Amino acid sequence: MAASAATYKDRQFLAVIGDEDSVTGLLLAGIGHVTDPPDSQRNFLVVDSKTETSEIERAFENFTQERKDIAVVLINQHIAERIRHSVDTFADPFPAVLEIPSKDHPYDPEKDSVLKRVRRLFGE
Amino acid sequence: MSGAGPREAVFPTRQSLGLMKSKLKGAEIGHSLLKRKSEALTKRFRDITRRIDEAKQKMGRVMQIAAFSLAEVSYAVGGDIGYQIQESAKQARFRVRSKHENVSGVFLPQFESYTKEGVNDFGLTGLGKGGQQIQRCRETYARAVETLVELASLQTAFLVLDEVIKVVNRRVNAIEHVIIPRTENTIKYINSELDELDREEFYRLKKVSNKKQRDTAAADAEILAARQRQAEKDKENGGAAEEPDSVDVLGEQEDTDVIF
Repeated sequence: MAASAATYKDRQFLAVIGDEDSVTGLLLAGIGHVTDPPDSQRNFLVVDSKTETSEIERAFENFTQERKDIAVVLINQHIAERIRHSVDTFADPFPAVLEIPSKDHPYDPEKDSVLKRVRRLFGE
Repeated sequence: MSGAGPREAVFPTRQSLGLMKSKLKGAEIGHSLLKRKSEALTKRFRDITRRIDEAKQKMGRVMQIAAFSLAEVSYAVGGDIGYQIQESAKQARFRVRSKHENVSGVFLPQFESYTKEGVNDFGLTGLGKGGQQIQRCRETYARAVETLVELASLQTAFLVLDEVIKVVNRRVNAIEHVIIPRTENTIKYINSELDELDREEFYRLKKVSNKKQRDTAAADAEILAARQRQAEKDKENGGAAEEPDSVDVLGEQEDTDVIF
């Protein structure tokens, strides 16, 4: 675990994958960041009903594996549900993947991959 | 006795017996230390899982409030501001910094949120109308994100601890069920081998002394026979046959050695 100490030092941004309202709100809080050109990468992805699952998958992969400056990935639960396999298989401590509720989809603790593990550990 | 269970490949000598004994002692100390470490971590782990559960519930409420304030904004502004905000986001104002906390030798990362001063991408958002609502919404969301960051650090700690506890428990079990029995078996084996050697040695010594006794008995008999022959010869010669009696009283003649 000590080896990861160096890798999480420079993680300082949050990333969002969410519907428009969630992303707008979180950007208002000031988490939005666009890296310097030429490869100006955004740390957020707006997902609507027309967005392909593969695109979400790609963004998730990008945030979790390729970019080394992201500490927390926030993802709407109903979107996490669409790429449930990737979310469940991602078990590294960094970045932390957090499932958040959205306006239209109330939070369901039963579906959360981390809470599922918590529940399982307590044998419920 | 020595064939029961696996043991290490050592020569049964007193030196390796000493080595094995110190190894057993070390393994026992290590086992108790690791066990205690695992207990401390598990305690912490339970604490964290409970807090995660609470924080998740809290997050649900906070996000609901935040979403409501965003609805207020879109009502006040009278249109969708999402696109404008997405385009104007350039530099993150809200960032996190990671520290770590040491729990019995395990570094648990913790995120700490901070705002970078002097960065404001949304200076012109809501300039026409709804500026106040937007301001309020930003504050609400900033608080919500703080809760999220807190939850994220709990969750990261949870994952790290989970991993570490598994490793520690694996070690505890390995020592308890593999290393200690194997070392004990080795010690038993060495002891039995050494006992065997002792018995062999004892038997050999017994044999040697038996043989020596037999040899001396034979030698005694021979000497006695020689003396008798001598006495008969003296008697045949007659005369000074009484002489040896007086000599015997003085004890000048040596006794034959008794060999034990």
